[in-house]
Amino acid sequence: MTHVLLRHRDIPDINKLDVYKKNGGIDAFKKAVTKMQPTEVTEVIKNSNLRGRGGAGFPTGMKWSFIDNKNWPHYVVANADESEPGTFKDRELMESNPFQFLEGLAIASYAVGATAAYVYLRGEFWQVAAFLDEKIAEMEKAGYLGDNLFGTEYSLKIFTHLGAGAYICGEETALLESLEGKRGQPRVRPPFPPSFGLYGKPTIINNVETFANVPPIIANGADWYKSMGTADSAGVKLFSLSGRVRKPGNYELPFGTTFRQLIYEYGGGVQEGRPVKAIMPAGASSSLIVVDDKVLDTPMDYATVRTLGADLGSASVIVIDDTVSVDWIINKTIHFFKHESCGKCTPCREGNYWMQTITNRIHSGEGKQEDIDLLLNVAKQMQGKCLCALGEFATMAVVTGIERFPQDFKKAVK
Amino acid sequence: MSLEKTYPKEVKLILSKYPPEQKRSAVMPLLYLAQREEGYINKAAMQDIAKMLDITETEVASIVGFYTLYHDEKAGKYRMQVCTDLPCALRGADEFLNHLCGNLGIKVGETTADGLVTLEGVMCLAACDKAPMFQTQGPDGIKYHENMTVDRTMELIEALKEVN
Repeated sequence: MTHVLLRHRDIPDINKLDVYKKNGGIDAFKKAVTKMQPTEVTEVIKNSNLRGRGGAGFPTGMKWSFIDNKNWPHYVVANADESEPGTFKDRELMESNPFQFLEGLAIASYAVGATAAYVYLRGEFWQVAAFLDEKIAEMEKAGYLGDNLFGTEYSLKIFTHLGAGAYICGEETALLESLEGKRGQPRVRPPFPPSFGLYGKPTIINNVETFANVPPIIANGADWYKSMGTADSAGVKLFSLSGRVRKPGNYELPFGTTFRQLIYEYGGGVQEGRPVKAIMPAGASSSLIVVDDKVLDTPMDYATVRTLGADLGSASVIVIDDTVSVDWIINKTIHFFKHESCGKCTPCREGNYWMQTITNRIHSGEGKQEDIDLLLNVAKQMQGKCLCALGEFATMAVVTGIERFPQDFKKAVK
Repeated sequence: MSLEKTYPKEVKLILSKYPPEQKRSAVMPLLYLAQREEGYINKAAMQDIAKMLDITETEVASIVGFYTLYHDEKAGKYRMQVCTDLPCALRGADEFLNHLCGNLGIKVGETTADGLVTLEGVMCLAACDKAPMFQTQGPDGIKYHENMTVDRTMELIEALKEVN
């Protein structure tokens, strides 16, 4: 298969600008700027049915069309904060196929009339940011970024900005706060970023992988893109496969690929040939799916995975085998969310503290049956009460873990 | 201390990234700069940044306190930050960290006697397919070390000893 996104696996030197250019790079950006109206670009993306790759799956073209044209300037921000446990796809894209991502960001900026765009990277991606800075400079030197691009009136600058270790900054309004030099705490929505974003100006925020899809769609058309994937979820997706598989890694596959294909055909199966006990398809934020043959043969797209009682999210598929107890799993996820709660909303801040205390008790063998009920109760009390999804995400593995794997908890308590 | 005097080129570049009326955005990159030499940010540096950006010292301190990659206390020259989150833990990260503690004779959060390495357990670093892994945070920025073994980690520490 030829890759659409992980093109470096077919063309190893594609992170060099001349190689990228020789393989059709920058053509889409040039075509957009010189031959298309900004609204036409948005229309093509809308027709392609591209959905946001950060986890929520919101239609990208629709988001772009929400930009408020009565308030200027506009900004575009790339969410490169990739921090969900189990997700490691954006990093590979930026490290190995950086120009396709930057070109997508540039096309999006043209579509919404932004002359400045920011790439917000998690602070740990220090080396990636330095690398992107080099690539941006190369594009400026070649005349693909800067003033009067391709002889038109359109000008664009792209800047990188490093976060400093906070999962919450992957939430788009927390990211904006952080980019403004504040603590990364989510804003009350509405208003949403397309009307009130960076510095209070209309802003489009998309995930790195979403942007990387844009140049091939502009180059090949919406129908080409829709010919891949399923009716619900068009195109290809990067699946980050981790956990107890033989070959963890990123796999670019069309939506509709089954869990079985991903885990066995691409991931080489489970370590020591053990059976899959549970799958978390959206990283640590995920519900736990009890795995049987029917689940393994389920095609992965946004709508179908939902029928299994979980979200596909950013498709960070964590595979858990039968040697692992689910009470340990949630002990790990709660430890993460307790650490990453930004503290703004009381149910999330306090709820995660108490969930950690209780799950520590259960996991250390000091727990009683009442603790399981109490843990479930605390989790359910948190749901639907926080400004952003973190408070919700923290409860997903807890609730589904206890409800779907009761035997693991029974064994763990006195 | 004055960042503008010590790093005039860097400060200018950082400030040029944001609209002049939004210079508060520069607080995070300036804090990285302030942390570069000593590995932590002292009160004088916070005052300096506050003055440069027309914000209060408390606002700068609130940023230092909120984000995990900023430190207000001295530690080892290199912070060795091992990811022990779920995907890495499914691939042996907890055992790796324990083993490392044993070899270095320190607990998580402690620093080796020579002041070179502080060992920490941290949240997901987006390298789940290459566990066990860690990052080193030191004077030369942040570096990833992936698919690590305890032996290779000890070799890395020896190499760091030699250059320092």
